[in-house]
Amino acid sequence: MLDMALPLIMDALANAALIFFVAVGLTLVFSVQRILNVAHGSFYSIGAYIAASMGLWLISAGLNPWLSFPALLLSAALVAMVLGPLVERTLIRWTYGRHEAIQILVTFGLFLILEDLQRLVFGVRSIYQDTPMALLGVTEIGGIFYLNYQLLLIVLALAVLFGMRFLIKHTRLGRLLVAVVADREVSLAMGINTDRAFVIAFTLGVFLAALGGALATPTTGVAPGLGAETMVLAFAVAAIGGLGQIEGAAVASIIVAGAKVLAVYYAPAFDTVAPFLVMLAVLLVRPNGLFGTATTRKI
Amino acid sequence: MKILYALFVAAFAALAIVPFAAPWLQFVLTIAIAKGFAAVGVALLLRAGLISIGHAMFYAAGAYTAAFIVLRSGISDLFVLLIASTLVTAVIGALVGAYLVRYRAIFFAMLNLAVSMVFFALLSKLYGITGGTDGLRVPVPTVLGMTLTKAGFDIVLFYVALALMAIIAGLGVQFLKSPLGHAVGAIHTNEVRLEYLGVSAWTVLLIAYTISAALAGLGGAIAAVSIGHVLPEYAYWTESGHLVLTAVLGGIGGVAGPFIGSIFLEIVHTVAVGVAHNAWNLIMGATLLLVIFFLPQGLYGLVTKSADKTSSAKLGENKS
Repeated sequence: MLDMALPLIMDALANAALIFFVAVGLTLVFSVQRILNVAHGSFYSIGAYIAASMGLWLISAGLNPWLSFPALLLSAALVAMVLGPLVERTLIRWTYGRHEAIQILVTFGLFLILEDLQRLVFGVRSIYQDTPMALLGVTEIGGIFYLNYQLLLIVLALAVLFGMRFLIKHTRLGRLLVAVVADREVSLAMGINTDRAFVIAFTLGVFLAALGGALATPTTGVAPGLGAETMVLAFAVAAIGGLGQIEGAAVASIIVAGAKVLAVYYAPAFDTVAPFLVMLAVLLVRPNGLFGTATTRKI
Repeated sequence: MKILYALFVAAFAALAIVPFAAPWLQFVLTIAIAKGFAAVGVALLLRAGLISIGHAMFYAAGAYTAAFIVLRSGISDLFVLLIASTLVTAVIGALVGAYLVRYRAIFFAMLNLAVSMVFFALLSKLYGITGGTDGLRVPVPTVLGMTLTKAGFDIVLFYVALALMAIIAGLGVQFLKSPLGHAVGAIHTNEVRLEYLGVSAWTVLLIAYTISAALAGLGGAIAAVSIGHVLPEYAYWTESGHLVLTAVLGGIGGVAGPFIGSIFLEIVHTVAVGVAHNAWNLIMGATLLLVIFFLPQGLYGLVTKSADKTSSAKLGENKS
């Protein structure tokens, strides 16, 4: 029984890890900025494109293939450093405190622009670059082979989860963010540079999305439309966990990935439906998600 | 206001001669009007402050209903198809709405998204019923018992769509003036006070949601018989985003706005596709941002504003 279940569990956890990176970024930006960023999936696919291109370049330049691991991280950092502050300063800042419809529309406009920029820059063909996965090889446990890259993904996701916890609970920056989330005006009055807090939180969100994309390229490659697909999945995960809940996003990633893997094995036609059915079921019972807190209606 | 009506009549007359004056525009405009119906539905919900990123689902539902009726039952009269698709979509809208209108703000947007993605996935996966990702081909329907060529049917369909647009616009204006229409707006302004007045927000929103779904379904059915092919992509979430974009671009203030937005976008699209195929979304996104930043009332706001200016200028003349 365990022999059969173990590969499934490994598959689900590796999937969960990839979903977690992008969902936790979305949920972080929502909790700090109160904005549902529809363009979040584009950061994921841009991260994926940059990582894949960088990997291809490393190989063609004849450099040490092990460099492709730092390249994954570097490409995510690059995307975050360039796009994070730029987008936050120009577009997102303008929408703070406005109606949700406006916020969603502005980020949807950004999504459309970024989608086409990717087509113009990277073309419309899909790119596949699996050097990091091939380098790590496989491990045999009880006659079943496991991809070591999947193990790496799970370890990295745990590192991000605990890193985020540490950042928020035990660092000065984290406490500043918590203060800004709790009450923006009072934080401002107390001398906190809220503008800076917003830029940092948004850039961190972009970094996490791009990291998810970069880490996903060795397993799935990258093609046009990836950003749109990832977006809706990240939405579902963030909503199930409760918007703004980091641990919630982790639990929701595992639930969604589990549902997806089960669907792939038992009812392949329903693998793309599974995350949304879970989301509908969860929100029917708990409208604010599994770990979300209820908000009162304002008069 | 008189100038505004004169403008509408002039615009309508200009549209009515399109099949003779500019035949290449006929198909473009039929699709624009079809999407306009869906955009009016989205705009109705926007008036209540609710943004739906899932309305393409009802557009697709209308399109697939029309396709199913022609292919399965053999009934292929245009008017039967349009009425049946609208009714079926209204029922789906009422069922989905009964669950969704309890939610507000981002949760409403996301749940619409989730339901529409389930719908999209089912359309593309259930090969036996929906033809999967290949979609379904829709034969040319008959009109009141007459069998027409595709070209002849297209002209009839264009005028039917145009007439329906006028009817819906007239009904829409009456609806917005009615107590129910005001209640929809009041949900955005202050929902709690509305309930203190004894009006159930749930009921008001359910009615609005059902109407908006039915409108999207009507649009989908027109698109299905016009294009002659239905695809799961009709229901994809980016399509829903485009519907919201159309509504906001045109202006959600009146019924005319979404139609103006839709016609404007389809014409620009047709022109842009030849020039810059891969940059189309980029142009749309940039336009959307510009409209939100500089024209909060949408394109329609531009029309009403200039009409107001001229009428107030006239008023000044009369006084002096």
